[in-house]
Amino acid sequence: MYAVDPRRTESAEWADVWLGIDVGSDVALSNTIAREIIHAGLTNDAFIAHSTSGYDAYAASVEDWTLERGEEVTGVPAETIRQLAHDYATAETAQLCWTLGITEHHTGTDNVISLINLALLTGHVGRYGSGLVPIRGQNNVQGGGDMGALPNKLPGFQDVTNDEHRGKFEAAWGVDVPSEPGWHVTEMFDAMERGDIKAMYVIGENPAQSEADTTRAIDLLDGLDFLVVQDIFLTKTAALADVVLPAAAGWAESDGTVTSSERRVQLMHKALDPPGEAKDDIEILCLLANEMGHNWDIPNSEQVWDELRSLSPMHAGMSYARLEEHGGLQWPCPDEDHPGTLFLHGWLWEDPMPREPAPFIAVEWAPPVDPLSEDFPVRLTTGRRLDGYNTGVQSGGYRSPLATGAVIDIDPLDGHRLGVTDGDTVRVVSRRGAIDVTARLRDGLRPGLAFMAIHWPDDGDVNTLTLDAWDPKSGTAEFKATAVRIETLVGVG
Amino acid sequence: MSRWDGGLDRSSADDRVAYGGFHKAASQRHLLLPALHAVQDAIGWVSHGAINYISERLTLGPAEAYGVATFYDLIATDEQPARVAHVCDDIACKAAGVDVMLDDLERELGPPRTDLDGVMWRPSPCLGQCDKGSAAFVQVAGGDHRVAAPASAKQIIEILRSPKPRDHVVAPTPRQVGAPTSLLARVGSQPTLDEYRADGGYEALTTALSKGSAWVVEQVVASGIKGRGGAAFPAGIKWKSVAAHDGTKYVVCNADESEPGTFKDRVLLENDPYLIIEALTIAGLAVGAERGYLYIRDEYPIALRAITEALSSVRAEGLLGEDILSSGRTFEIETRRGAGAYICGEETALFNSVEGYRPEPRQKPPFPTDAGLFGRPTLVNNVETLANIPGIIRKGGAAFATIGTDDSTGSKLFCVSGNVSEPGVFEVPFGATVRDLISLAGGPTSDIAAVLIGGAAGAFILPQDLDLALTFEATRERGIGLGSGVVIVFDSSVDFVEIVNRIAEFFGDESCGLCIPCRVGTVRQAESLVRLSSSNGDRTVELEILDELDRVLRDGSVCGLGQAASVAVQSALALGLIGDPA
Amino acid sequence: MIETRIEPPKPLVTITVDGVEMTAPQGATILETCRDADIAVPTLCYLDTLEAFNACRACLVEVEGSRTLVPSCSREVTEGLVVETESERVVAARKMVYELLASSVDLSLVDGETAMFMERYDVDVDRFGTADRPVRAVKVEDDLYIRDYDKCIMCFRCVAACGPDAQNTFAIDVAGRGLKATIATEFDIVLPDSACVYCGNCIGVCPSGALMFKTEFDMRASGDWRPEDQTVSRTVCSFCGVGCNLELHVQDNRIVTVTSPMDHDVTSGHLCIKGRFGWSHVQPDDQ
Repeated sequence: MYAVDPRRTESAEWADVWLGIDVGSDVALSNTIAREIIHAGLTNDAFIAHSTSGYDAYAASVEDWTLERGEEVTGVPAETIRQLAHDYATAETAQLCWTLGITEHHTGTDNVISLINLALLTGHVGRYGSGLVPIRGQNNVQGGGDMGALPNKLPGFQDVTNDEHRGKFEAAWGVDVPSEPGWHVTEMFDAMERGDIKAMYVIGENPAQSEADTTRAIDLLDGLDFLVVQDIFLTKTAALADVVLPAAAGWAESDGTVTSSERRVQLMHKALDPPGEAKDDIEILCLLANEMGHNWDIPNSEQVWDELRSLSPMHAGMSYARLEEHGGLQWPCPDEDHPGTLFLHGWLWEDPMPREPAPFIAVEWAPPVDPLSEDFPVRLTTGRRLDGYNTGVQSGGYRSPLATGAVIDIDPLDGHRLGVTDGDTVRVVSRRGAIDVTARLRDGLRPGLAFMAIHWPDDGDVNTLTLDAWDPKSGTAEFKATAVRIETLVGVG
Repeated sequence: MSRWDGGLDRSSADDRVAYGGFHKAASQRHLLLPALHAVQDAIGWVSHGAINYISERLTLGPAEAYGVATFYDLIATDEQPARVAHVCDDIACKAAGVDVMLDDLERELGPPRTDLDGVMWRPSPCLGQCDKGSAAFVQVAGGDHRVAAPASAKQIIEILRSPKPRDHVVAPTPRQVGAPTSLLARVGSQPTLDEYRADGGYEALTTALSKGSAWVVEQVVASGIKGRGGAAFPAGIKWKSVAAHDGTKYVVCNADESEPGTFKDRVLLENDPYLIIEALTIAGLAVGAERGYLYIRDEYPIALRAITEALSSVRAEGLLGEDILSSGRTFEIETRRGAGAYICGEETALFNSVEGYRPEPRQKPPFPTDAGLFGRPTLVNNVETLANIPGIIRKGGAAFATIGTDDSTGSKLFCVSGNVSEPGVFEVPFGATVRDLISLAGGPTSDIAAVLIGGAAGAFILPQDLDLALTFEATRERGIGLGSGVVIVFDSSVDFVEIVNRIAEFFGDESCGLCIPCRVGTVRQAESLVRLSSSNGDRTVELEILDELDRVLRDGSVCGLGQAASVAVQSALALGLIGDPA
Repeated sequence: MIETRIEPPKPLVTITVDGVEMTAPQGATILETCRDADIAVPTLCYLDTLEAFNACRACLVEVEGSRTLVPSCSREVTEGLVVETESERVVAARKMVYELLASSVDLSLVDGETAMFMERYDVDVDRFGTADRPVRAVKVEDDLYIRDYDKCIMCFRCVAACGPDAQNTFAIDVAGRGLKATIATEFDIVLPDSACVYCGNCIGVCPSGALMFKTEFDMRASGDWRPEDQTVSRTVCSFCGVGCNLELHVQDNRIVTVTSPMDHDVTSGHLCIKGRFGWSHVQPDDQ
């Protein structure tokens, strides 16, 4: 196991080899690995010929990424990159797993593409034990996308711009569906800034604390004509709302399905009655629709699911009864005799190929948007801790003995240089804001690298510091790379 | 943590690359016991900080290191004095009257396990000095551990208190008189390597190399030699089985001689280390192993020193290491120290000890010959078994088989102690009787009341049975194990209740705690024996309990320790040595 | 669960259990074979999801030709094996195992199957009267779970679940030896100071009530613990995308404990701190 992470986390300690790259140098690492695999003659030529396209242009695009240049950009010794390249290429099976360290960059999509290129180069995809594994941070990130909660997609990844797809939904629903892609959340905030959005209905999200550059986000939310928030808590966002709709907690207070990282749709069963006036999301939405003059009645979750199955081919075979029986099924599952699909990309190995070959896409490295400078010499990266969850609204409550509160982890050598000892309060300043938090001196970092978790925004909101530069392809902001300086607070406790 | 990859020499490279993980952790784990020893040797106990440091360096959880450390009697995890005397109060010394000395010691140093002005003493299970009648093993932090045997209270106190204690004070083992011995030929002479070779040493290895592995294994099979460690398993079958496997293999010399009343292996190791090293080398080359381990109990520092010095001599002469005697073959031997745990004499527990795990036994099958040390095929032989190998190679297996009886070929070392005039280790061809051995040991000092055959895991016999031939078949027929060759003679002055209770207590102390029958059963057996001998016990109830404990221990325990824990007790009951209505 | 790597079927071997001939795939254990044939064999330390420890000896059976009884949990079947699962010898050994265990620990909360077998074998829990047994105080060191080693039967499951078989945290191990052996952190430091990551997988595998949710412990202490009034609902943990299944044990419209189904192949019954303990946001007065 290789771990690539700016920090040597506990997971990285379990790796046979850890590569402590510089924040935001992911594409550089991938491209260097690719060039080394190519130059060492370790490419899977049969797979490339059979299952891919665009190899030559891709190979040319990585030609400049010598091991030496890779070392210069990533900070990791050339020899170690070489070793990783060779081990990955020659392994019988190999997976690339990643989380938000890859995606929460302004180059997030390119980062992912650069990894896909490696899998195509070596044939480590669509086979038992090999593959590309984005690990999701919520129980239904995958399911949300599957259900069409994307600006350009209908349920089952059917395109809004595709007349045939759209037409099916229009026929079933008896309404016109817009044929233009909508906005993702980052674009919505820009639209709010332009005045193109004046009202917003937020369900189960806390953008007042989860968006990058929260000062700006709160201003924009506050400036809306009308804000509705549907949530299980009175979050910071809900506190700004004109109307708050109390919702039931999906995982414990309602029935339904969620879809895990491995495309496995699983059932959830209601265990508790929701408190007070809180209602199931389905009930709230249907009551609203009925108020607006529709007659949606109030279906149960299975009825909603069955409608989805009738419109989304990849879910068609997943009846509640089958989901219960099998402990979940992995899509695509087109009919009720289908066992579900373990390998999404198994088709790459079929002969003849049932679809167009998978394209190599050349991507070029670009450094983080927020540059390090004399004034802001420390790279601050953010993430989660084991016992925390997002902005802490669900995880802040239980009495975890592991809870750290809002702290910034800094390298002991930086601490020494700054005169900061464990437990001191420091001021962390970025180009956008400043917060005062407790410092912890931690191994696993290195001089010039600091880390904060995102779970305690009420005590020290790290997103006051982050910037909202975002990836134009995914809409994800660059939470992972902020330039800061750390100041000691003399005389301040 | 990344900081440890460079240890104290952390460089900026450590901020960019680190090696760790499961494979690294697994590859280092075997260093745990040596690391614990290093700290124990240096400062006399293993502190919390030391456990944490060792754990970080070896990539293991401190709880794991603590679990291993707390298993062993000779590793202290609570602060204790720099010098601790472990004084034998086991059965052979008891028979020889050691209690008087222990009383003296307690008068001078206070009760056991208490710190008196920076020194401490504690009773110990058998130290393998049974022929001396009393013995002490003294852990000396920052120096070499000391042995005194026989040991007086005065001597022990001097070792504990003197700024520069004298070296070991051990009476020499007398050479067996008038017997055509071969195994004990060099006892007392402690030859150098040159002298050993002049005396025919390493001829066997030369022969083995020239005739080849298959031939060597054939000789061991033909010799019919059975294991001398207690289990009496035909050695040839093990050799053949391990030799038949491919890939990495190991050989292990089991020198964790801990069976109460046994000291023959110590005598061999101290006096004839080259013989054992040559034998282990022959074994390793014959079965296709490149590495051998010699696991020696920590209470044998003299033997360890002899072996260590001998190993460096043979390495220097090209008799060990790469290209042995220009054969192109490689074999290396590593010594491993036990740390005070009887269970480590059990071969699978020994593997776990070497591997750095708690020395709990493994369920068999798989047998060591298929999956032993580090999960690889492993040949384990006892010291005495190995000591026979060079002779078998020199003279041929068939010649060896002509000695002794059909089922018990060759000769056997017996450790005769207790109430005899000249206790010691004696070699006799299989077939000799208990009476023969007692007379070799100068005869009893007074009327014999009973003789314990086989040690704590063995059984008693009465004076009318002294003509019992000490062969595997004759003892098996009588339901007595020959064990490791222990013959402890008890005269009528001996309190058998005390002896049997000591045996029962021994098993309770030494049980590893893995399986319920042994973990709880050994303690309940000892308790029942105490009740039986006291006035408030209900004899019928206790006998029934002891009988059922005997069954569950034999039937249900994981390993030989539990399976043998009731044997001596039951034989003492059966012979009426204990448990008669008062 | 739906698709797995396809391997050639294992050859079958024929064995005789309690006089009945049956077949089992090579590599299966005697215990698995018995359970497939609905032959009840008690276990204490064995758990499907963990490697066999061979510690408890409750599953001993008699195998023809074997000098000692044989642990059915780890012995693999071989052609022609003849097994007796409840011979006089087996029953005597199992009865004694339970009696010895009962003399050394508090079995009052041991799992139902064990209680059933103890009754079946007419186990006299007081047989050894005032025998020597280590007395251990309940360890209450945080708000999530307690450790009551007076009830610990030393099955080693928690050590395996904390270590190589599930969590790989290695916060606890066996310390000491013999009857004095216990499960401990290094130097018996309190859990919050140890490597413990509070996954609670040790609680999930504990068969004797030695490891217990603090909620259950408190409710038992106040007399509010009513298992007969509890419902169990299966759902999916909300805290990440792995898809761990949760079984919410609910009493009076409140979650009281959380388990995970052992037979679900996403995590085989194992969870992390959030799934196991992070439910109080739906019960605000817990906070």
